[in-house]
Amino acid sequence: MDNTVIKIDGLTFFYTPDDEDTAPQDVLSGVSLEIEKGSFVAVLGHNGSGKSTLARHLNALLLPKGGSVTVFGMDTRDEALMLEIRRRVGMVFQNPDNQIVSNVVEEDVAFAPENLGVPTPEIRQRVDEALKTVGMYKYRTHAPHLLSGGQKQRIAIAGVLAMRPKCVVFDEPTAMLDPQGRRDVMRIIGRMKNELGSTVILITHHMEEAARADRVVVMSDGKIVMDGPPRQIFTHVEELEALGLTVPGTVKLMWELRQRGLDVPLSTLTVDECANALAAHFAGK
Amino acid sequence: MLRDITLGQYFPGTTVVHRLDPRTKILMVVVYIAALFNAKNWISYAAVLAFLIFAVAVSRIRLSAMLRGLKPVVFIVVLTSLLNLFYARGEPIAHWWIFTITREGIKAAVLMAARLIMLVMGTFMLTYTTSPIMLTYGLELLLNPLKKLKVPVHELAMMMSMALRLIPTLIEETDKIMSAQKARGAEFDTGNLIEKAKAMLPVLVPLFLSSFRRADELATAMEARCYHGGEGRTRLNVLKFARRDYLTFAVGLLLLAAVLVLKRFGL
Repeated sequence: MDNTVIKIDGLTFFYTPDDEDTAPQDVLSGVSLEIEKGSFVAVLGHNGSGKSTLARHLNALLLPKGGSVTVFGMDTRDEALMLEIRRRVGMVFQNPDNQIVSNVVEEDVAFAPENLGVPTPEIRQRVDEALKTVGMYKYRTHAPHLLSGGQKQRIAIAGVLAMRPKCVVFDEPTAMLDPQGRRDVMRIIGRMKNELGSTVILITHHMEEAARADRVVVMSDGKIVMDGPPRQIFTHVEELEALGLTVPGTVKLMWELRQRGLDVPLSTLTVDECANALAAHFAGK
Repeated sequence: MLRDITLGQYFPGTTVVHRLDPRTKILMVVVYIAALFNAKNWISYAAVLAFLIFAVAVSRIRLSAMLRGLKPVVFIVVLTSLLNLFYARGEPIAHWWIFTITREGIKAAVLMAARLIMLVMGTFMLTYTTSPIMLTYGLELLLNPLKKLKVPVHELAMMMSMALRLIPTLIEETDKIMSAQKARGAEFDTGNLIEKAKAMLPVLVPLFLSSFRRADELATAMEARCYHGGEGRTRLNVLKFARRDYLTFAVGLLLLAAVLVLKRFGL
């Protein structure tokens, strides 16, 4: 129990419709999930599966209509605890342009500690530290709008790290980035988990990104339909495709080969694993 | 093309004028304007002008930038000078139809033009040498006492800095939308004024829609980063008056005092 940082119990949510005649549609219906300290969980799902809505419950941006969300032992419906929850659960959004609040990089990163009333010398320390973690320290006096999308997203991550959160939720952080920016962001996510010991929750529809997680949760129509380690989840190629999701290219290749009668393992998540498995197969022949 | 606009007309630099506390600069503009409007004779004008020239020289703002900034006010300067030229009463030196030019009229016109130009140039010294963020921060601190009168000072300052933050993003977006509309055959550069205005409509509608979406997302992101109003907020960069600020105040107040004395004795 002590290792559980987030506990979602029977969470139901719907947006109140504008006119009273239409019945509200559940965006989340009875989601239960426990997330362990220090784990890296990827939440997969196609558009409209409710994964972003779920994410917004984790730091009290949205409040449950039914069931409960408990974060570090705090019920998100308790308004008095809102800031305590939000400083522990940071959130990085999709569009870097829409989360940067200042015309100067370091002032943007300082925004959260400023809001929390951190003393000035410590803000400086936190800002420098966060910018170094994301590798943007030398840009600290630049104007964000002159940076690339990937660089802006790294600034946004630094802005969240400056709160020193215990857990960070990434809501499709790479969806608007070029491949280089995507790689940079994924590398930072890896560092956060491994070096800072943060709990990371990654909302995504990129299978290659989800494959790096310790655990993959698949959502569809506001429900959790699969939950397990990536190696196990990605063997369900047909089920995933039925949900409008693709599997990583390496898994897909192995699956096609198996369909043609080759006895190769399905759970190859990286290109290296895939190549080794194929080499072993043909060497064994 | 839209990207070339100099935003907020700020020219970054490291001169003493740039490094002055924004509060000092704002207050100095007020002092300067007070001096300018109390100047009633050539000596006072010369003193105020000397002060302006000194400030421009120290800030190393190029004269061309100062002059370019004057363009939008040329019309007002010319109009007010003309009105002063013809409406002043006194010793007539020329007469044509209903117009009479007097010696006093010429003096009033020249002084009025000088006053307006110096007024505009003086405010440039503030905006050219102060980043918009510092300007907003300075204003917020100066207006802080108004909080007691329930004026939402922090909120106004936050709105202003958000607007400044979004200007480059929205300009970029406008550029993108215009390109997209051009690719579909829209023309922005032809036709008369009304046609041009009409052509802008397909640009403005998507721009407005996306601005609202952006504002919504930005507000969510701010909340996620624990924004909860100005209460209990601290700052990364704290403003502190330095010796240069006190010196500037001394010079400014001296100027104002001199002008007031000159006015009192009608010199």
